Amino acid sequence: MHEQFYKSLFRIRRVEEEIARIYPTDKLKSPVHLSIGQEAVSVAVCEALRPEDVCFGTYRSHAMYLAKGGDINGMVAEMYGKQTGCTKGKGGSMHLVDTKAGVMGTSAVVGTTIANAVGYAYAMKLQRKKVVTTVFFGDGATEEGVFPESLNFAVLKNLPVLFICENNGYAIHTSQAKRQGHPHITERAKAAGVQSSCVEDNDCLELHGQVKSAVEAMRAGTSGPRFFECKTYRWKEHVGPNEDFGLGYRTPSEAKRWIENDQVTKIAALVPEATRKAIEAEVEAEVKAAFEFAEASPFPDVSELMTDVFHTPCAATPSEAVRKAA
Amino acid sequence: MDTTLCVEQSQTAEAADIVAMPKERTLTYTEAIREATDMEMARDPNVIVFGLDVDDPKAIQGTTKGLLDKYGSERVFGTPLSEDAMTGVAIGAALAGLRPIHVHIRMDFLMLSMNQLVNVGAKSSYMFGGAVHVPLVVRSMIGKSWGQGAQHSQGLYSYFMHVPGMKVVCPTTPYDAKGCLIEAVRDDNPVMFVEHRILHFQKGPVPAASYTVAPGKARITAEGDDITLVGISYMQLECLRAQRYLADVGINAEVIDPIWLAPLDIDTIAASVRKTGKLCVVDNGWTTCGASAEIVAQVLERLQGTRDIRVMRMGFANTACPTSPTLEAEFYPDARRVASAAYDMVHGRKKNWMPEERVDLRQIEFKGPF
Repeated sequence: MHEQFYKSLFRIRRVEEEIARIYPTDKLKSPVHLSIGQEAVSVAVCEALRPEDVCFGTYRSHAMYLAKGGDINGMVAEMYGKQTGCTKGKGGSMHLVDTKAGVMGTSAVVGTTIANAVGYAYAMKLQRKKVVTTVFFGDGATEEGVFPESLNFAVLKNLPVLFICENNGYAIHTSQAKRQGHPHITERAKAAGVQSSCVEDNDCLELHGQVKSAVEAMRAGTSGPRFFECKTYRWKEHVGPNEDFGLGYRTPSEAKRWIENDQVTKIAALVPEATRKAIEAEVEAEVKAAFEFAEASPFPDVSELMTDVFHTPCAATPSEAVRKAA
Repeated sequence: MDTTLCVEQSQTAEAADIVAMPKERTLTYTEAIREATDMEMARDPNVIVFGLDVDDPKAIQGTTKGLLDKYGSERVFGTPLSEDAMTGVAIGAALAGLRPIHVHIRMDFLMLSMNQLVNVGAKSSYMFGGAVHVPLVVRSMIGKSWGQGAQHSQGLYSYFMHVPGMKVVCPTTPYDAKGCLIEAVRDDNPVMFVEHRILHFQKGPVPAASYTVAPGKARITAEGDDITLVGISYMQLECLRAQRYLADVGINAEVIDPIWLAPLDIDTIAASVRKTGKLCVVDNGWTTCGASAEIVAQVLERLQGTRDIRVMRMGFANTACPTSPTLEAEFYPDARRVASAAYDMVHGRKKNWMPEERVDLRQIEFKGPF
């Protein structure tokens, strides 16, 4: 288990470090909201899910996408704005999708996917599918009206939906304390009637254990919606590859305890050294290949501008495309 | 003009309208909506209906009557008063393969759904590169008369015409209500299905079988050479009445029902204006940045330089809708005012002509209490 956790954590970290390294070249044509420091939440949750389970996320969902099994080449190529990207160069970093892996989509408008996940869960229940639907969102999203509205409906219909609040303490540059009169998000979820808990310290294994039992109960039909407030910390700036302690809204000393508690390092220590090195070599090769794939891929043809505005089943089939080309 | 002749002309025009339609049955608009919903729910288990009060005893003017008993509370349910989240739920369910019909008893309430509709529903197919799609129908109703007032009367469909990725339809007859709703349910994209409370009382021929009315095709509801009247939503009725008033004074107006506002059949409208040279678009909404402005602009872009064209937009007065009957009557265009404006356009100058009201062309008012 620790090997798999480490591989997923290390893989996310390395992909994002590469993004940060390459970002100043302007080759990445997308605003990037890095997950560095927050990987543990996505890994803890997604390791409890099955491939057919579905996740919705936010503009800061590189970690979720990769942890859920989203195609790494598609993600990196998407950031380059290439045709081979997971949305063919139409969505960028903030709109990742890989339906085959159960990554149903991420949104740049805070809170929107909370309701979408609840609707997806409703469909799964109606269709008698044993799918668990998860939504990742930040502490800021809990201030949107859609949050309590969605909790209410999920409770009303007893839906198997997992609400994962990644509380990194900030909405862009504004601290939770400046935004929330009652800054106890878990209590608000409880008040809506959702079984809820808070996991402190970005603790990957603790969160995983709790989520795993929640998901198992959902699959067994003995649990409705569940809410987890996951305390975590963003190491980099809100958007972009750099640190931002110079802005003065937060301090290096505040970050220190989170960085010392880095879950990538902590889980690494639980893996035998030879295994760890093998994992790292494998990941490095995969990451390198993904960036090479993105670099080598073509930009979309200008004719792509007007495709996909509407979904037309006929036009989407290869035979139709071939016929049109002929 | 001889009065007898006028009556004959109007009857002929009416007969001509109906000739194109099957005569087998007559239904009201609300019965047509109910039947379309029932048939699609029977055909496809993925079709669900929800919204405030869809399962209550009044069943949204009867449009959802009996569906709860027939299809059960998983597929037909009333919702919390949470338009934002419930629109997000509808989109999420659509992403999972359901075909939700989300019902709003007033179009005004859609303002609470705008974020999900515009930022998620209309965008998902495109921003996810075609990996997902949102087969969603949003039904809403525009109110009118009996003091509906500022927040129960707005025709806001032009907001949605503005956004790529969304279709907008405003059927005006029971025939089109059924055919367009079936089409909307089967469409793989978000469709705004706009009803009008006064249109709910309309009766007309509706085939019992299933059929669809395809997007992007307008219907010429009365033929004429002198001026083109485009009537949107409820204003289609006022335009047909105006056509009768104009016929009384020897003016042959061509009346067009666009039916679908997005995609918009500008070909049919432009072809008519090419013939008549005069276009009056009567909208069930405000004119500024509205559907009427869009139609006029597209026609002018198409025809400018090919012939002289006169254009006019008519719509709500540029204020919120008042409740007192005298003010409310002044707020809306009506058949006589449309006829008067068209008369001026045909004559090329202000003539101050206003037809005497004909009893047979009076508005059908919604009777309260609400």
